[in-house]
Order: sequence, then C-alpha cells, then structure tokens
Amino acid sequence: MTEHLTKDPYNIVITGVGGQGNVMASRVLSNMLVRKGFRVTIGETFGMSQRGGSVMSHIRVSPTAVWSPQIPKGMANLIVALEPIEAIRVLADYGNPSVKVLVNLRAIYPVGVITGEDEYPSEGKIRETVAALAAEARFLAATEEAIRLGNPILGNIVMIGAVSGLGVLPIDRELFETVIREWMPAARVEANLHAFAIGQAAVALKSPLPQREV
Amino acid sequence: MSMDREQKEGAEVLLMGNESIARGALEAGVRVAAGYPGTPSSEIIETLSRFSEAGKLYVEWSTNEKVAMEVAAAASFAGLRSLCVMKQNGVNVASDFLLHLTGSGTRGGMILVSCDDPGALSSVNEGESRHFARLMEIPLLEPADFWEAKEMTRWAFDLSEAIRNVVMVRSVTRMSHASGNVVLGPLPAVTAKAQFLCDGPVSDPDRGPVTSAPVIQKHRLQQEKLRKAAALFEDSPFNTYEGPETPELLIITSSACTLYSREAISLLRAEGRAGILKLGTTWPLPPALLKRHLRRTEKVLIVEEVLPFLEDQVKILAAEQAREIGIKTFYGKNDGTLPMVGELNPDLVAAAVGQILGIDPPAIPAEYREKLRALTAALPKREQTFCPGCPHRASFWGIREALQRDHRGGFVCGDIGCYAMASLFPAAGFHTAKTLHAMGSGTGIASGFGKLGPFGMEQPVLAVCGDSTFYHAAIPALINAVHQNADITFIALDNSGTAMTGFQSHPGLDVNAMGEASPKVDIAALCGAMGVPVTIGDPFDLIGTRVTLNRLLEEPGVKVLILKQSCALSPEKKVKKRFLVRVDEALCRGEACGCNRLCTRIFRCPGLLWNRERKKAEIDEVICAGCGFCAGICPAGAIRSEEAAK
Repeated sequence: MTEHLTKDPYNIVITGVGGQGNVMASRVLSNMLVRKGFRVTIGETFGMSQRGGSVMSHIRVSPTAVWSPQIPKGMANLIVALEPIEAIRVLADYGNPSVKVLVNLRAIYPVGVITGEDEYPSEGKIRETVAALAAEARFLAATEEAIRLGNPILGNIVMIGAVSGLGVLPIDRELFETVIREWMPAARVEANLHAFAIGQAAVALKSPLPQREV
Repeated sequence: MSMDREQKEGAEVLLMGNESIARGALEAGVRVAAGYPGTPSSEIIETLSRFSEAGKLYVEWSTNEKVAMEVAAAASFAGLRSLCVMKQNGVNVASDFLLHLTGSGTRGGMILVSCDDPGALSSVNEGESRHFARLMEIPLLEPADFWEAKEMTRWAFDLSEAIRNVVMVRSVTRMSHASGNVVLGPLPAVTAKAQFLCDGPVSDPDRGPVTSAPVIQKHRLQQEKLRKAAALFEDSPFNTYEGPETPELLIITSSACTLYSREAISLLRAEGRAGILKLGTTWPLPPALLKRHLRRTEKVLIVEEVLPFLEDQVKILAAEQAREIGIKTFYGKNDGTLPMVGELNPDLVAAAVGQILGIDPPAIPAEYREKLRALTAALPKREQTFCPGCPHRASFWGIREALQRDHRGGFVCGDIGCYAMASLFPAAGFHTAKTLHAMGSGTGIASGFGKLGPFGMEQPVLAVCGDSTFYHAAIPALINAVHQNADITFIALDNSGTAMTGFQSHPGLDVNAMGEASPKVDIAALCGAMGVPVTIGDPFDLIGTRVTLNRLLEEPGVKVLILKQSCALSPEKKVKKRFLVRVDEALCRGEACGCNRLCTRIFRCPGLLWNRERKKAEIDEVICAGCGFCAGICPAGAIRSEEAAK
C-alpha cells in the first residue's frame, strides 16, 4: 500500500551543473520512493555533463503507472536546484503557479561569466525571481554546510534532506539511511546522514540556514 | 548505485534501461558480450563486466563494433548465447559483417543491441539503426519501458534460437539513460559448453561450416526465418492495445514514444477518444495483428523516432489490406503532423493528437506565462568546454600557435571524442578544427586533402585522433595516407583511455573490460612500423609542441606526432594538483596589456577568472586543476606556476 501523493504523477526536477552530484541525488531520492512502493521514472541528460553543461533529472512518481522520462512543459511540482541560475532555467520551461522550489545558493559560474562576457545575477535578484515564480521558495547554503562536513559534494544530500523537510513526499531519515547504507562504504554513511539532517531541519523549521557570502 | 550481484530474484529495484537490458541478458544465460563504448549504450557492457567470471561470462571492449559483432558471433557458432552492443552509428561499422552473418545464420542465441540517439543528445548524428533490421532481414524488437527492456532482451535469445538468426533490440537515449522499476528474475545455472561443430555438409545448420554461401539458398532460408518470426509476433505479449474498442484515433507507436503517447492522451483527457497500439515487435510487422487493430477506426497517427519507419510499413500493410479494412487517413511524419527531425516529447505528441482531435493542450495562465518570460529571459548560457586541466585545450592551443606562425591557412580534420568539441564549439578548439564526421574519418579526409597539392592546394593538412579512435578506425586511413604518400601531419591526442564515455579500456592500455591484465598495443610502435617519422610530445609543453609542429608542417609525406597526457578526469589526475598556479597582479596589465585578455577571452579555461572590479585575471583555486599550462600563454608572464609539494 503506497502513501498519498498530492499529484499523480508527482513531477520533480533536480538540476545543477556537471560534477555536483545531480545524478546521485536523483537516484537516492528515487530509490527511497521505490522502497515506498511507488513507480518511479527518472529521465536524465548526461554524456556531456562533465564538460560544464547544465544537468537535469526528471523524476516522475506515481502509485500505479510508468510515466514518460520527460516532464511536459510547465508541469513540475518540485524543482530542486543545486545551482541558483539553473533553478531559473528550469522554471522557464517547467514552472507553473503552484511549483515549489528549493535552491542551493552556491553559484557555479558559466565560462561566459568567467571570461567577463556575461553577467551573473546577484543573489538578491535570484531570490526575487524564484520567489516571484514559485508558490513556495526556499534558499539554502547547502554547499557551505557540506564544506563544513568536509566535502562540498554532500550539498546534493543536504538538498535531498530539504526535500524530506518540505513534507511533500513520504521520505524520512530512516528510509534515507537504509538506501544510503546500500551504496556507501560504512565510513561515509555518517557524513551523509548529517548532511541529510541539516537540510531536513533547515526546511522543516522554516528557519533558513545561516546565510554566508556566496 | 547500480545493479550488483547482491540483488536477489524477486526484488523490485530501480534500474537504468541499459542495466535492465544487461540484466535480461544475464537472466537469459548470456556467456559472451562484446561492444565498443558509445553514448547511450556504454552501461550495458559496463554492467555485464561486473558479472564476468571465467567460464561463466566473458566480456570485452572490442576495438570496434564490427570486431565486437564477430567476437559475439564466434560464441554463437560454438553454441553459446552472446550479445553485441553498440550505439547507432556503430551498426554502420558492423554492417558489412552483419550482412554476411544474417546470411549464414547463428546457433547459440545472438542479440545485437543498438542504442540510438534521437535528437543527437550525445552524438554528431541522429542516424537510425532500425532500418538495418529491414535491410539485413532480421527481426527487430523495441522495448517501451524499463522492465520490458529486461523481459524483451531475455526473450530475444529464445527467438534467435527459434529462427537461428541474429535478433536486433533497439533502444533510444530516453530508454537507455532513463530508469524505472524492474523486478529481477532468476539467473540460470551455467550449463553450456563451447564447441564449434563443423564437420558436416554445408547444408547442415548444426554441424556444417558457417557461411552465407550458397547465397541464393541461404537467402531463401533467411527469409523463411523472418516469416517464422512474423508468425511468432502475431501473439507476442510485447504488442498491446489500450483504449476504447472503437477509438476516434488509433495511435501506433513503439519505444519511448509509447510513454509520450500515453502522456499526451492523459494531458488532453482524451482517454475516451484515442487508443494506443504499442508495438514491441516492429520488424517484420505481424499482418493479422495490424489488420485487427486498423479495423478499429479510420484515423491513424504513427508516433516514432526519428524517420517514418513504422509509418511506411503500416501504410504498406494497410494498402495490401485495404479491401478488408477500408481506407484510412494517416498522420505522422510524412504529412508533417510530427517533426521529421529531432526527438519527440509529451508536448509534441500532445500537440499532434490535439490537432487531430480538436483539443487544446492544457496551458498555464497567461499572466504567469508573461511573468515567466520577463523574469527568465536574460540568463547566462552554459557553454560546454574542455575541463580545467584538459590536455586537449593545451594540444589545440599548440596547434593554433603553430598554424598562426605557419601562415598558409592550415587546418585540422577533427574526429570523434571530447576533442570533437574543437569542431563543434568554436571557443573550445580555437577555430582550428574544420571537419567532423565518423570515427577515424578525420584521418581519411586528411589523406584525401593531402593529395590535393598538385591541384594547387597549399594549406597544410592536419588530422587529430584520440587513442581509442586510433585503434577503432584510424589505422586503415593512416596506412592509406602512408601508402599514397599524402602530405599530412597526424596528431594522436593520447589521453590514456576512452575518456568521453567513461574511461573504458582499449588496446593501448594494460587492462581489459574485466579488469584483467592485458598486453598493450603501442601507438608509436604501430606508426613506426608504417615507416613514417614518429615524434612523442607532451601537450603541456607549449613551446616544444609548437616548434615540433612547425617543423613537421614543412616536411612532405606523413608525419606522426603523439601528444601524450592523461585526461584531467582520470583517477590519478583527480587526486592532486601538479602545480600551484597564481596571477601576479603586479605583472598583469589587464585591459591595458594589448593581449586582448588572451587568458580569459581566448584561452578560456574555467579555472581562469576575469575580475571585473580589479580588471585583472585571477585563478579560481577550487576549479583550477593545476596543469600549469596557462603560465606559458601569458605574454606578460603574469601567470606563475610552481611545482606543488609532493
């Protein structure tokens, strides 16, 4: 017997830049949902992902049916962005008035910004844009928290913890632990559990993580 | 994170389409699997390699797809079940052998898996392999979801043994690289023993020699096999219909397009008006099954990627059966209802179905759409580029400098690998690479250019080629250039692995797909044996590369330069930086330098930043890989590198 979802299918986009652990995040979340008895489809774009490009995983969750690996335009229910402008890029295609958005505020500059040709929007502008386009928007300093745990890549797990904290999907710390123990050497489990708990608490308590310069 | 040996029969797990195909082969008792890496197919062989075990499962990365198919065929001839795996254009490479193999027939079940890339998400073509099934007169299966990918692969071995010929399973990127729920089946115990029985007459399919001759008799037999497959397809559980008994519109579809079609009907709330005939056996089409479903209605939409393959076959059957099923109106690729290029998605299919049925697809409120457009218009693009510390950026910089000094308009013939970006995205290769086609074609094209001197062509001709590509297809082209005495400079960009697709092994390495020690075949020794001068260099040695190239460009005939440096993403490189790099602000003159910001505007390594406030270059220490190459490009000597502590 599966638990209730607010939508069938419930559509999640996890986005970021190659090397941020986007694929890992989508697999962890999806495996948790499969264990809850859901039918899950993940659609991924990779191949050029390690070469600076945007990466996007589409996750479709349903109690009964297998859905397409591509979410129809304008139909995301939840966007999890490991990088701030990628949140806006995904909103442009998949946004709608009821979408919820979780944003890791750590910027990764595109080559055009590095070389001085393009300008990267300010954090204020990013917050304003996402808040204007989402029914609910949460901003986290996930990478900074992950660095404090010893590895910036754990930012993806902080964000999965935040999904749990949001309360829109039936996933909790125990389920996360079960899944992560299957994949990780025992030595790395503890840091992952910490990362998950930090993200979960930040969103559940409605108190944003301490903001630092990003 | 992926399928492993621990997972037990009956477990419902999340598998990537490619893992599911691999699992299907394991559940069918595959004994030999061979392939050549290529996105989106590589994970099939990678998954199988984790299950390899002496006497139970042999797995190899072959030098190219044709050899992979020959290796798999040998196992079949010896009575074992075998699999060969490739991306769409790999089937072109293997097709000469495939033509003869399908004539000779097989013994142990043999499957060809081709993973196509509609939309060219990771390819420089969107070629379709489905047409090969028709061309080669072999059955074609196309899975429409992740679980079915396993079941279909497993059954394909039975089908192959039932008809004694190769069976083709075709996947697409959105199936191979997507994931979904799969219930694992049992893995059979090993029973087969390899023996090639060949002492019988040529007419004996079990004990005779295996050849495509006598051709006419064998060709006739091959067509009988295909008719047998079509008869089996009539009752196949892989062909299903969902929808009203007499729908207004019948959608005929296969593969990932099945999921798009279902989604389109759901988006339009057209469940009562449209039905879906999902075909898993797409060549040859089972005629009685098609007749039964075409009778349901007058309007038929065929949804498929990329070319109208199903559409053409359905129309032929409908014409043959017109007296019984009546005249139909067909929608699809040929009439422009769906685009003839690129991949499909739920929105494109919903638009097509909506247009036929007169239903508007759901739209988001105009006010929100307006706000969305205004707020998301000016985002900085993410251009793809060589990684920080990538030896290819250094190699193309050296080539650029040499060509600039040479002054004769020399150019590079590009090839397939990460370094293809030198041809695709002007910024990544400094406008040096000017052609890009198939694996090894850069060298073949250069060989042709290199004979145009007597026609007045004065431009120096260069070809680049990665190490894996060298073994795959560049060797015959290079031998041709040597034998024809073409004037070319051949540059092997040797980064010690099949880097683009994830560091699969190749003949230049001392390890094979199963992790066993293997003899290496040396590129320099091979080229030397061709009797041409070979120079080995380090792409990070900018001056050395430039000086060598300028010398080679002046010399006639074939010259080989091997630029050797491991990929920046290779495990040994990822661990630590070789150099600590910094910008000396006192020396960096910024915009006033006259260098036109060579480091950030032209060289464009992601590790080099332009600080807008200070108007100076700087190093991003998190991103910089510490290759130290950029220290050599700054005309003011402001970029400093020092050897990092051991």
